[in-house]
Amino acid sequence: MSASAPPPFQRFLQEQRAPVWRFLVASVGPVDADDCFQETFVSALRAYPRLRADSNLRAWVLTIAHRKALDVHRARARGAVPVAEPDDFERDRVPPPQPRDEALWEAVEELPARQRSAVMLRFVADLAHREIADAIGCSEDAARRSLHEGLTKLRKAVPA
Amino acid sequence: MSPTTTKNGDRVEDRLRSLAPGATPGMDRATERLLARVHDQHLADVSYAPVDSPFGPLLAAASERGLLRLAFPEEDIDSVLELLARRCSPRIVESRPALEPARRELDEYFSGSRSAFDLPLDWSLMSDFGRRVLRVTAEIPYGGVSTYKEVATDAGSPRGSRAAGNALGSNPIPIVIPCHRVLHSTGGLGGYGGGLDRKQFLLELEGAPLSGRPQVRGSARITSGPRTRRR
Repeated sequence: MSASAPPPFQRFLQEQRAPVWRFLVASVGPVDADDCFQETFVSALRAYPRLRADSNLRAWVLTIAHRKALDVHRARARGAVPVAEPDDFERDRVPPPQPRDEALWEAVEELPARQRSAVMLRFVADLAHREIADAIGCSEDAARRSLHEGLTKLRKAVPA
Repeated sequence: MSPTTTKNGDRVEDRLRSLAPGATPGMDRATERLLARVHDQHLADVSYAPVDSPFGPLLAAASERGLLRLAFPEEDIDSVLELLARRCSPRIVESRPALEPARRELDEYFSGSRSAFDLPLDWSLMSDFGRRVLRVTAEIPYGGVSTYKEVATDAGSPRGSRAAGNALGSNPIPIVIPCHRVLHSTGGLGGYGGGLDRKQFLLELEGAPLSGRPQVRGSARITSGPRTRRR
């Protein structure tokens, strides 16, 4: 088996789109997730031939998704992009969804960017600590710390 | 969602896990939008799609240069695409619109209304020798046949019948590059990567002089059959 090329992009897309989608929906909400999803996979496609065959594809694409999500949060912080209305969420789901966990959403939204990403990459995209560190560009220890601090804040913010 | 109380922390983690839905219509729509954009902006290097044929669905793959690969139904799609990823580019995406010209011409060919393909071809999957052999093969007219020996000679290797046979056997674009029109000097069908039944089927579809067999002699030049039957 040649190790010189990553798998055909279509297969990569099939395999990675669900974790990327979940991560983005959890990070920026379903409405902005659509644009972020486009941007993530278009960036991935552009860079794809330079990728080594033995790269960790999931961690790599979630690194990109993480950056795109950060862009959205930065834009929101500047007031450029309004946070999507609940109505927009509802039409994305058939049949009627479980009620959104608003308290948790808000608490996640309040977290500092790195903690928010660490929490989402761990529990929504199922990445290991090492992969989280790669995705957000820090040491494994720092990733662990961000995750821990993020979880601690969430536990405080969201009553049991 | 009843809060059966475990540790407080576990609950937050579970709630985080259920924050994002699994597969949703939203994800499928986003994927469709992505693929449409990839097509419109020519972001992929290789596009592929299934194309119907009397043999079952063929896998057709094309680059910007032209049709690159046509695979018979029994070929393993993953292997075909992996080879393309290594040999051409891993930027491979499924796209029916990109293969529409190939689908149209193949439909017309199989319905008997097309006797020559006008599709641009991408010859990059072949070796130098294979390309020479297949370029010669591409000149054999509809309804005509040739022999391994003649094809080898025209490709510049008069003693290379066997090598020419191998090159024809690994034709990446069968049907469109008509390797089925190359027979044994004795008149025997020879071989075919897609199976001899299909070779026979294609020759009969084209009305090639097959029945008597000896019509194809070792020294014969390319034999033209009834050229413009239905066109």
